[in-house]
Amino acid sequence: MLNLQTKAKELRKAILKTICKGVGGHIPASLSIVEILTALYYNNILNFTPKKTDDPQRDRFILSKGHACVALYAVLADKGFFDKGYLNTFGRRGSILGGHPDMHKIPGIEASTGALGHGFPFGVGIALAGKWDKKNYRVFVLLGDGECQEGSVWEAALFAPQHKLDNLTVIIDYNKLQAMDRLDKIISLDPLFDKWKAFGWEVREVDGHDISELTEILKSVPFVSGKPNLIIAHTIKGKGVSFMENVPIWHFRLPNIEEREKICRELGSDTFEEIPE
Amino acid sequence: MRNAYISALYDLARNDKHILALVADNGAIVYDKFRQDFPEQFINFGISEANMVSVAAGLASCGKIPFAYTIACFVTMRAFEQIRNDVCLQKTNVKLVGVGAGFVYSNLGPTHHATKDIAIMRVLPNMTIFSPASPLEARKVTFAAAQVNGPVYIRLATGGTPEIYKNDYEFKVGRGITLKEGTDISIIATGGIIHEVISAVKTLEDSGISVRLINIHTIKPIDKDIILRAAFETGVILTVEEHSILGGLGSLVAEVLLENNTFPIRFKRLGLNDVFPSGYGSYQDMKEMNGLSKNDIIGEVKVLFENKKDKALLLNLNRHKRGVRLWS
Repeated sequence: MLNLQTKAKELRKAILKTICKGVGGHIPASLSIVEILTALYYNNILNFTPKKTDDPQRDRFILSKGHACVALYAVLADKGFFDKGYLNTFGRRGSILGGHPDMHKIPGIEASTGALGHGFPFGVGIALAGKWDKKNYRVFVLLGDGECQEGSVWEAALFAPQHKLDNLTVIIDYNKLQAMDRLDKIISLDPLFDKWKAFGWEVREVDGHDISELTEILKSVPFVSGKPNLIIAHTIKGKGVSFMENVPIWHFRLPNIEEREKICRELGSDTFEEIPE
Repeated sequence: MRNAYISALYDLARNDKHILALVADNGAIVYDKFRQDFPEQFINFGISEANMVSVAAGLASCGKIPFAYTIACFVTMRAFEQIRNDVCLQKTNVKLVGVGAGFVYSNLGPTHHATKDIAIMRVLPNMTIFSPASPLEARKVTFAAAQVNGPVYIRLATGGTPEIYKNDYEFKVGRGITLKEGTDISIIATGGIIHEVISAVKTLEDSGISVRLINIHTIKPIDKDIILRAAFETGVILTVEEHSILGGLGSLVAEVLLENNTFPIRFKRLGLNDVFPSGYGSYQDMKEMNGLSKNDIIGEVKVLFENKKDKALLLNLNRHKRGVRLWS
């Protein structure tokens, strides 16, 4: 029986290992989405087959906040979409795994995100095609909260309810931090629930680090027939590494030797060991 | 030109359910028949061009062939990053269609004019660019666009563009059309402005100058051969475009000329001189106020033609006549 908490911890180790070896990446943004990805990929939410990435019936997951891709790489590698050894090559010359995901290079990646505000409307297009073609697949999009400052997010947010895309679920990684500071010091999104509800979405809130709560919510989409689904997942940026949690400066920082030792004490001494091929 | 496009799209949509017509709250009346007959193949995105392009890319990733249509400056600029990332980088099969090329919306002012679109579209990898000169050509490029496997941008004038072709012709992507043979000077032009060029050519011919007129309906990939033959056979080239001279057809032709041993060619770009189009009035007024009238064209040709061809250029011309291939 798969212990999902253990899996989440493993994924956190993989994220740290991969980014530190690749000399640069977005650690805290990746850490905050681990439970969300665990629920989606490990708890019978997403319908997918690692070896059949072009299956037209597959559910699609789009990481619109593409800079958190290492979390997704860790999941896809673990699930067998590609060889685990590739994680050792992250960000290096010749690698298929870069700081933002490339749909042409990586099996399991549905959209080349990175520029914020693109993955979401791209997913809207896929959901729309699904409705028209009367297909049963669902589309799940993971948005960043800072990403909601992009105007294109709101164009898509207006569009989806108009076209009754209840096969579309958007999850917001509401960790309340962005690159330079807390969101409420820069551009506050509150009241976030009310905004999406006013746009015509059916909204739920959830503890973004509680795998059972997440699973329960995700299992119940569509919440209301004919309305697209919005899940506000309250998360902590940098979750899992105590000194990174909620600290903005860690957005694109790499831990030094001392800090790595601290991480090993928190997550396990094998955190930074190379992944066996 | 616009109606020819919509009619071609209609025929495409009738035969292939994957063809979609997307608009951003424009095309009232002209799309009525399409909407009536193929309601499941039409969406109005409202005034959200960026969303239209991203969603089009998502639709294309599921096998649809979306034609995303709105005013040329809005489809290319409002949604430029979306075109760059979601369409070109991901190579999704999206066709972007811009109506109102140049300043054909002549009383609406520069916010609605497209005079930089060729420059910014051609710098995108994986993009094919069509710039038809007439309704017949607009129909052909629409069919061609559906066949291209990948991103396409079609630059349309609007309704009311006159037909320049008396007969049908064989359309080939990337193959320019010599509308008229000539030996003294070549004019290379694209889009609806060709009608004005044709006017100018008639007058020039009457005054004894033999003008070769070339229509470039495919900006990208460009027909290098037709340009270089014009260079080596006539030695003098004028480009004409309803677009900035920075980065458009003229720049493109200059790139081809300079990298293929045509120096010392006599060459000039005619278009907007790094300014926004100015003024209001009819389309004809706009051409006259912005340096793209028949008389402006005639004036430029005469200036170019008066400069004597120098020895090195004549040497190249002669070698080309003897069959020496001067470019690869």
